[in-house]
Amino acid sequence: MTRRTVARTLVYLSLIAATVVVLLPLLVVLLTSLKSEKEMADASGALSLPDNLLNFHNYVAAFRDGEMLSAFANTAIILLVSVGGTVLIGSMTAYAIDRFTFRLRKLVVALFLIAALVPGVTTQVATFQIVNSFGMFDSLWAPIALYMGTDIVSIYIFLQFVRSIPVSLDESARLDGANAFTIYRKIIFPLLKPAIATVVIVKGITVYNDFYIPFLYMPSEDLGVISTSLFRFRGPYAAHWEVISAGAILVILPTLVVFLSLQRFIYNGFMRGATR
Amino acid sequence: MTDTTEKAAVKTAAGAASTAPSPAPAPRGTRVWRGVTPWLFLIAPLALLITFTYAPVANMLAYSLTDWDGVSPELRYIGAENYAEIFTREDLFRVFFVSGYYLAASAVQIVAALYFATILSFNVRFRNFFKGVLFFPYLINGVAIGFVFLYFFQDGGTLDSVLNLFGVETEHAWLGTPVSANTSLAGVSVWRYLGLNFVLFLGAIQSIPGELYEAAELDGANRWHQFRYIIAPGIKPVLTLTVILSISGSLSVFEVPYIMTGGATGTETFVIQTVNLAFRFGKTGLASAAAVVLLLIILLVTWIQRRLVPDDKVDLV
Repeated sequence: MTRRTVARTLVYLSLIAATVVVLLPLLVVLLTSLKSEKEMADASGALSLPDNLLNFHNYVAAFRDGEMLSAFANTAIILLVSVGGTVLIGSMTAYAIDRFTFRLRKLVVALFLIAALVPGVTTQVATFQIVNSFGMFDSLWAPIALYMGTDIVSIYIFLQFVRSIPVSLDESARLDGANAFTIYRKIIFPLLKPAIATVVIVKGITVYNDFYIPFLYMPSEDLGVISTSLFRFRGPYAAHWEVISAGAILVILPTLVVFLSLQRFIYNGFMRGATR
Repeated sequence: MTDTTEKAAVKTAAGAASTAPSPAPAPRGTRVWRGVTPWLFLIAPLALLITFTYAPVANMLAYSLTDWDGVSPELRYIGAENYAEIFTREDLFRVFFVSGYYLAASAVQIVAALYFATILSFNVRFRNFFKGVLFFPYLINGVAIGFVFLYFFQDGGTLDSVLNLFGVETEHAWLGTPVSANTSLAGVSVWRYLGLNFVLFLGAIQSIPGELYEAAELDGANRWHQFRYIIAPGIKPVLTLTVILSISGSLSVFEVPYIMTGGATGTETFVIQTVNLAFRFGKTGLASAAAVVLLLIILLVTWIQRRLVPDDKVDLV
């Protein structure tokens, strides 16, 4: 064997090892979710195959008793409103900042710029009091407002795109008698499609996965989103790993489907979001 | 709401109209309108920005100087006492040492991400499959990850079973002692976040023009030389960014330890402690001071990054 083949083999071995490390914990949970209570009690080991690969009993239990249905509904509402709002707010801000010169423009830009440096986790102590004073505590409005109001990254993404749209398009529309709103609605917004796709994907996944904000602001059980509802499995199912596993798989499955169908957009989106 | 909106708009319109540069002698109405327009677009975003970012920061600074419990109408100004408490009470200060585990884990994570990004930037079979596998954990819900790994580290769980396969018998409770628990949790964090670093590095490496490698190969450079002299300089900005993100990330760890151990057995992190102080023990003043300290550290780290990598992409003006 030449040195080159040895190196190649080692490279593939490391990749396979990484794959095992990533997938094994998930696979074991998938197997566990298909086992019956009795199989779990027999303690045949975590790696053993379930007797019946089509035993969806635990999924039914997770769905019915774990209130996963209302959790998915709540998540969907929050997701739609806050992602829609983020797209509107981000694109409007980017349009106003890039296409107009006005007094205090520099101050406005600086406000958004500095806000991007303030990490949300640190300020929740005080944000809580403000949300509470608006009477939004323990309602779906709390996460919606926070997701919409504290997303600076999407403004960056929109700004990059607005800049790439030639100003001559605005000018010619203005000559045809279009006002600023028409230009935004008919010219800028439609041309922002790639940026909108990026923001929808990145924001959507972030909102779907967020635990901190719903946990802090929506303690009521009927306001559970998928993160908090799954978290509540800990109590009643403490020893029932088969049901907890089913719940976890139920939560992971939509992410996997979205990832497999939108891979390219997701890589680009997160790259743009992180490096902004 | 509408009332204030209009007032603000009118006010700014008046200001803008008087000083607006007038390229063409437009009618007065048009000029006023042009001055108001950007503010009509900005009013909602700015209102949200101030309400949910600046007002909290200002309030937090104010609370941090009081002994407020978060509920009662009474609060007393106590100066810098809260800050003194954070840095002198040993049980409060301890959380910074926990960050050390995550910081060490980040180092491992960055090296591993760099390795996988480098090898997958060359021609490798099933490249997209490996890329997807490495990145996918980053997209998974944090609570689900917490449960997956609770089962992984459980007695007789995934890890013990795998070790058994290799003939290793363990009676070790992985989450049982502070050192072992923190190491395990930091490991979970590597599992979860490696993918993002990896994809960032891969993107940076792939944006290096391919001719450079070919030219290097003609000059007799091997893979290590290619990495050292072409890839490493090409990804330096992303690498610095990642290091900074890892430092602030290590300080603000919350989800995985909160879900898996609730902060027990010495795994309490800074954010868990702050949340507990504020929402469980009613010590809003002390918690605010802790949050201010964290905020200052993160701002400092970011400032250092901006100094190290003067990033022209960031400047909006």
